[in-house]
Amino acid sequence: MRRYGLRSIALLYLGIVLLGPLAMVFWKTFEHGFGPFWEAVTASETISAFKNTLLITAIAVPLNTVFGIVVAQAIVRRRFPGKGIVNAFIDLPLAVSPVVVGVSLFLLYGRGGWFYALFDPHGIQILFALPAMVIATMFVSLPFVAREVVPTLREIGDEQEQAAHTLGASGWQTFWRITLPSIRWAVIYGVVLTTARCLGEYGAVAVVSGYKKTATLQVQDYYENFNQTGAYAVSLMLAVVAVIVLVAMILLKPREAHA
Amino acid sequence: MLPLAAVVAASGEGGWAGFWDAVSNPEAVAALKLSVVVAILAALVNAVFGTITAWVLVRDRFVGRSVLNSIIDLPFALPTIVAGLVLLALYSPRSPIGVHLAFTRWAVFMALLFVTLPFVVRTVQPVLLELDTEMEEASRSLGASEFTTFRRIILPNILPGILSGIALAFARAVGEIGSLVLISGNNPFHTEVASVYVLNQVHSGNRSAAAAVAVVLLAISFAILLLVGGIRRLATRHEYA
Repeated sequence: MRRYGLRSIALLYLGIVLLGPLAMVFWKTFEHGFGPFWEAVTASETISAFKNTLLITAIAVPLNTVFGIVVAQAIVRRRFPGKGIVNAFIDLPLAVSPVVVGVSLFLLYGRGGWFYALFDPHGIQILFALPAMVIATMFVSLPFVAREVVPTLREIGDEQEQAAHTLGASGWQTFWRITLPSIRWAVIYGVVLTTARCLGEYGAVAVVSGYKKTATLQVQDYYENFNQTGAYAVSLMLAVVAVIVLVAMILLKPREAHA
Repeated sequence: MLPLAAVVAASGEGGWAGFWDAVSNPEAVAALKLSVVVAILAALVNAVFGTITAWVLVRDRFVGRSVLNSIIDLPFALPTIVAGLVLLALYSPRSPIGVHLAFTRWAVFMALLFVTLPFVVRTVQPVLLELDTEMEEASRSLGASEFTTFRRIILPNILPGILSGIALAFARAVGEIGSLVLISGNNPFHTEVASVYVLNQVHSGNRSAAAAVAVVLLAISFAILLLVGGIRRLATRHEYA
């Protein structure tokens, strides 16, 4: 009896807080049929917003993946001064409000900021353009790969790497042949999380975007201009990506456990 | 790191007095207060329901449990602006469920409940998975009631998990913007949260005000990180003792 009670409380709560909203997107998007949805999806603003989002993601994800692997290796395998600080600060982007990230970039690259003189006189626009949006997105999605790779690296130990080393493999060979294959599922899982965050980032990008729009900003723009169908159509596409991410997470998790 | 240092520097440009002026601006104070209070409430409610959910996911067996387990991460995967838009539709005057909360503080609360839901579940779940049921059985066989068993045996074990879950959920909630920007109505002194206040100040070109409140949010994040580190250390010390 107690078990059914707890089960229904948990299910009811999740139903209200999680599933209700998800069902709502579908209902709202197709409220007026498929035609308006398709019109909103193929509108030029929608397409350019998604192009921006994809471009930012395509730049941020590979860079953060490489960075994450390097940092994870350093944290687990090397000893260097300031390691404790690096370890603590790697999680910072998860704890800091995205708006704070946006504001800091705004202050750094804006008029009077430390980096303003570096770029602006040369006609390079950082703020209110794609570069700042890429930097903002990279900042908020920075920790995901490292966070997944660090525990895996710890678990596999370094015996195999040392064996490869004594057999004459170079550092690079050891990495490609030994380390990378054993952490690959962790890396992929981290990449999935990074991608999800890049596609869905709003707060940090909202501060530094100017007139350029990403998909998430386009949702707000459509909504504020009373284009409800547009807002829900873009939302639906983002939600579908989110569901794909969830499915990818389910598929990847058991494999990681076997590895 | 450098960007964050720039915020601190910019907030100090007007000196201590300038910073204090910007932070003690009534609208900024109201926004910060709302953010902190609602974030605490949301974190606490999710602590209760998150613990129950983690319990059900670990100890209960029923059809669809694994699906449920993966749905927990939905708020992490779903872009926050989408969450905000959907909640707005759900609670607006044209709501299909007849609940009108949009543009009230209740809406802020509901949105924060949504985005912080996974934290406590995900910090308590692994601890529960590792927890030996032998202690509980021993306690029951010695005549302890279910409630006593929970309070004396289970709770002390999962408490560090619950606490760090609360801390993480609070950190997330206090700086949340995407899901709130549409639904809260951003009514100064009423439903405008700190992060939205910062965004508005940036858009109206008020650098120092934005930087000052951003620094306060940054300080809160640092404090939470330290707190979580402390809880983690305490939890592992308990294990070795």
